[in-house]
Amino acid sequence: MKFFLFLKQFYRDLSSQKLRTALTTFGIIWGTASIILLLAFTTGLKKDQKRRQHGMGEAIIILWSGRTGMPYEGMPKGRRIRFVEEDPEYLKMMIPEIAMASPEYTNWSSTIKYRDKIYINQVTAGNAEFGEMRNLIPKPGGRYINPNDIANKKRVAFIGYEAKKELFGDEDPIGKIITIDFVPFTVVGEMIEKDQNSSYSGSDRRKTFIPYTTFTSMYNRSYLNNMVVKPHESRQSDYVKRRINEVMARKYRFDPKDEEAIWEWDTTRGDQFFDNFIFGMNIFLGMVGFFTLMVGGIGVSNIMNAVVEERTKEIGIKMALGAKASFILWQLVSETLLMTFIGGVIGLILSGVIIRGYNMLNIEEMGSPVISPEIAILASILLGIIGFLSGYFPARRAAKLNPVEALRL
Amino acid sequence: MSIISMSNLYKTYNTGKVKVEALKSIDIEIEQNQFVAIVGPSGSGKSTLMNIIGCLDTPTSGNYLLDGEKVGRFKPNRLAEIRNWKIGFVFQNFNLLPYATAYENIELPMIFNGLSYKKRKKRVMELLERVGLADRAAHKPTELSGGEMQRIAIARALANNPSILLADEPTGNLDSVAGGSIIEIFRELHRDGATIVIITHDRAIADNVPSTIKLKDGVIVDSLN
Ligand SMILES: Nc1ncnc2c1ncn2[C@@H]1O[C@H](COP(=O)(O)OP(=O)(O)O)[C@@H](O)[C@H]1O
Ligand SMILES: [Mg+2]
Repeated sequence: MKFFLFLKQFYRDLSSQKLRTALTTFGIIWGTASIILLLAFTTGLKKDQKRRQHGMGEAIIILWSGRTGMPYEGMPKGRRIRFVEEDPEYLKMMIPEIAMASPEYTNWSSTIKYRDKIYINQVTAGNAEFGEMRNLIPKPGGRYINPNDIANKKRVAFIGYEAKKELFGDEDPIGKIITIDFVPFTVVGEMIEKDQNSSYSGSDRRKTFIPYTTFTSMYNRSYLNNMVVKPHESRQSDYVKRRINEVMARKYRFDPKDEEAIWEWDTTRGDQFFDNFIFGMNIFLGMVGFFTLMVGGIGVSNIMNAVVEERTKEIGIKMALGAKASFILWQLVSETLLMTFIGGVIGLILSGVIIRGYNMLNIEEMGSPVISPEIAILASILLGIIGFLSGYFPARRAAKLNPVEALRL
Repeated sequence: MSIISMSNLYKTYNTGKVKVEALKSIDIEIEQNQFVAIVGPSGSGKSTLMNIIGCLDTPTSGNYLLDGEKVGRFKPNRLAEIRNWKIGFVFQNFNLLPYATAYENIELPMIFNGLSYKKRKKRVMELLERVGLADRAAHKPTELSGGEMQRIAIARALANNPSILLADEPTGNLDSVAGGSIIEIFRELHRDGATIVIITHDRAIADNVPSTIKLKDGVIVDSLN
C-alpha cells in the first residue's frame, strides 16, 4: 500500500505536468540513446579499424634505404644506401628493444604454376619471424616458414588465399608441388583470410612467400628491398627508430641526423592517429550526449520544482502528520530517479533496437556496433547522477519548508 | 503532571520591518483528559498558540513542556517525531490528501511511524469504525461530504494514539448539523480519556466545553477551569 501510494503520487505529480514530463522524458531518452549509440558505434568502428589495420601487422616498422641527404666525412650527398641480408640481425644485436627483425625481398612478377594453372604475381621472401610480424597466419593443417626452412634453403612456399584459389580452386594445397619461375616448391601453408587496409607492396592475399635464403639462391640479389622490425613494446617505437638510424649511420657512414638515408613506416603511428581520432570523436559525441542529458536533467529539475510549488500544501500536511524532512526529500528524489530511470530504460531499448537494425544492414565499413557492459554501466551511472542531482535540489527546498507556512496556503 | 505546561511564553513574527507579537507572556497548564476550548477574536493568536502546542512551530522565548519534555528547542526531526507520536491535528479545511482514499489518508501517520502493513490495516479499520465511516474506506475526499471529510481527518489524527488532540476550528467549514456531529465525536473521545484542545468561534460549542482559554491580542485575558 505504501509503495502503491508512492506510485499514485508519482503518477499524480507527473500527470499534473504532462507537457513538461513528455518533453523531459524525451530529453532523457534522446540523451541516453545518443550516448549509448555513439559509444557503441565508435567501439565497433574502432574494433573493425584495428582489425583491418593490423592486417598488415601490429606495431611494426618497415625500413627502406634511400639516398643520403647530407654530405658526410667528405662524401657528397645523394649517395645510395642499400641494406644487406645481415642488417636485420645486426640491428637486433645492437638494439635490444627490437623483438623481431626480418629482411624482405620481393620479386614483382614471378610465374607460379600448379599443374596446368598459371598465376603470375609477387613472390616475397623473409625469415621465420616475417610471418608473425606481418600477420600471415596459416590455416589449420598448414604452417608458416620456419627457421629450419631458412637454414637449409628449403624450397617451401606459403601462399596467400587468393593465389591459392587461382591455382588450386577448392583443392587442398598443403603438400602439393608448385613451381615458381620453374623451380619446384612444396606448399606448406595457406594464409587465413584477413582484412588489410594498408600495404607497402600490394595485398598479402595475392602473394607467395618463401624463405629468403631460397630466394637469394634463385634470384641474383645483393640488396634487400626493405626490412621489417618490431619493438617489444609499441611505445618504444620512436626510440627504436632513432637507434636504428644511429646504428645504420655508423655502419653505412652517413650523418645520424640525415633523415633521407633511411625511410621508415611506423604502423604504430597509424594506430595512434586512429586512437586519437576515435578518442576525439568519443569526447565530442559524448559531450553532445552529456549535454542533452543535462538538458533533460534540468527539465526534470524544473518539473520537480513545479511539483514542489504545487504540492507545498500537501508537504505541509505531511509534515504536520509527522513526516520527517528526509521522508519528503527521498520521496521527491525517488520520483526523479524513477523518471530518469524510465527515460533511461526506454533510451537503452531504443538504442538496442537501432543497433540491431543497423547490424542487420551489414554495412561493413562502419564495423558492427555493440552495447558493451562498460557502455551500459557508464550510461547508467551518468543517468543516476543526473537523476539524483536534478531531484535533490528541488527536494531539499521542499524538505526545508516551514510546515506552518506550507499549511497556510 | 500536566500534559501541557507553558510559562512566560512569547511568539514574535519578524516580517521585515514590522514585528508582530502574536503571543505574549502565556502561561498554560493542561491536564490529562482535559477538554479545553481556546476562544478569542480573529487575529488574537489562537492558531499561533495551537501550532506551538502541536510542535509545528517553536516559541520565540519561554518554556514549553509536553509530557514533561522540554520541546521548545528541539530540532526539526525530533519535532516531526513528537508530532507523529504525541499530537493529532484536525484542521478547519480538513487538509486531506486529495488523490488518496480515506483509507490511505488515515494510514499516512502510521507510514511515517514505520508501522507494518498489517498493523496499519487493523488500525485503519478500527478508526473508520470509530468515526462511523467503515463503508467509505475506498472513497476519495471529493466523494465525501464536509462532515465525512472531517471525520476522516479525526480518524487520521487518532492514528498513532496521540497524547493530545488539537483541533483548529474543526466546525468552521461545516453546517450546524455536521458541526454538531463532529463535536459529538470529540465529546465521546473525551469520555474515553482523550485530552483535547479545540479552537472555536462558536459560542454554543465553547459554552459546553468544561474549560476555556480566552485570548485577546496575544494575551490570555480569561482562563476558566
Ligand atoms: N507567519 C506570520 N508572519 C507574520 N505574522 C503572523 C504570522 N502568522 C500569524 N501572524 C500574525 O499573528 C497574529 C495571530 O495570528 P493567528 O494566530 O493566526 O490568529 P487567530 O488564529 O487567532 O486568528 C495575527 O496578527 C497574525 O497576523
Ligand atoms: Mg486561526
